[in-house]
Amino acid sequence: MYTQAMDTQRDEGGDKPALCTAEEAQLQQRFDSRIDAGDFIEAKDWMPANYRKTLLRQTSQHAHSEIVGMLPEGNWITRAPTLKRKAILLAKVQDEGGHGLYLYAAAETLGSSRDQMLDALHSGKAKYSSIFNYPTLTWADVGAIGWLVDGAAIMNQVPICRCSYAPYARAMVRICREESFHQRQGFDSLLVMMKQGTDAQRAMVQEAVNRWWWPCLMMFGPPDDQSPNSAQGMRWGIKRVSNDTLRQKFVDAAVQQAEVLGVTFPDPDLRWNEATQHWDYGTIDWSEFWRVVGGDGPCNRERLADRVKAWDDGEWVREAALAHARKETLKEAA
Amino acid sequence: MSTDNEWPLWEVFVRTKAGLDHKHCGSLHAADPKMALQMARDVYTRRQEGSSVWVVRSDQIVASDPGDKDMLFDPAEDKVYRHPTFYKLPDSVDHM
Repeated sequence: MYTQAMDTQRDEGGDKPALCTAEEAQLQQRFDSRIDAGDFIEAKDWMPANYRKTLLRQTSQHAHSEIVGMLPEGNWITRAPTLKRKAILLAKVQDEGGHGLYLYAAAETLGSSRDQMLDALHSGKAKYSSIFNYPTLTWADVGAIGWLVDGAAIMNQVPICRCSYAPYARAMVRICREESFHQRQGFDSLLVMMKQGTDAQRAMVQEAVNRWWWPCLMMFGPPDDQSPNSAQGMRWGIKRVSNDTLRQKFVDAAVQQAEVLGVTFPDPDLRWNEATQHWDYGTIDWSEFWRVVGGDGPCNRERLADRVKAWDDGEWVREAALAHARKETLKEAA
Repeated sequence: MSTDNEWPLWEVFVRTKAGLDHKHCGSLHAADPKMALQMARDVYTRRQEGSSVWVVRSDQIVASDPGDKDMLFDPAEDKVYRHPTFYKLPDSVDHM
């Protein structure tokens, strides 16, 4: 999902080498041929400065997304309708925290410290996925996030398992393995309400789906013709499949799933196209996307404030743990 | 910005079940060894992926330099006689 970084960055001239030494040119050439051969790049290998910078931005923002992504669902842990749903939701939110940690660790191999990354998040310099700036108003939102948001995330993340940067690819393999439970539990939760629930509960599910559908389509990033950094990402093997291709794949899968569930999507233009063998969908409101990315979504301020508060409130714990560890080391040395 | 107050980095190795090697699976920050083990359990074995965990301070690991790759590993390249397939034996005993 969570990979909007490439689309929301300014153009920085790709990896066109500026004036460089003969040695750098040779390193660049070796790097290019390794990428062409489908080889993985490891943390200590030589890489172009812009490759490192782009990846650092993408992996750290991906990590931020996982951590901020704990907030909308965390909102419902204390109010889950049954003990079973509460245990499931706790496990899922804990997974998201774990995913954030895998990704921070991958990002750190690119030469940034954890504190630097968190500082970039807390100061508003670094972005996270726009989807987490929407509120979770009802219990059905938790199911809709699992089904649609995590469904879109999986669609987006599976190709990154083949990313050219190995530490990122390895983190993604681990994440994708765990993510499938997230989507299934969400669908299962909605299905129970649709099949065994009251009319009010069914209406609640439909209302949640109405609110999440369009923001989910935006998760894949701007249309291909407005995604100037995509080509460079493809060249580097960071991006494997285009935004529109992934979005279409998601729509095609979701339409079928919605039928099983018995809900509709809020798009009058959604119809089967016999010629393309895909579902056509209506125009996405990209002004909303850019507004939310730019900081003016329904919950941007609340999400960031919650993260900053958690970090600040935890400061004495981090310091105490470190002081204790230092004291123990001294005691052992004595 | 200062990173003096960052908890140190640890590498995590997990043995999935008895009989297998411990395998590197990632890293994490923790203040001390005990916390590193507990966090490794929480971060890397939430689905019974492990029966044993090692944690090692990252700064205690000595690693080869990727730049030395050729020097270190190429000498093995022309020693085909170290592989069993180098030896062509008569069919009747070739399963040896």
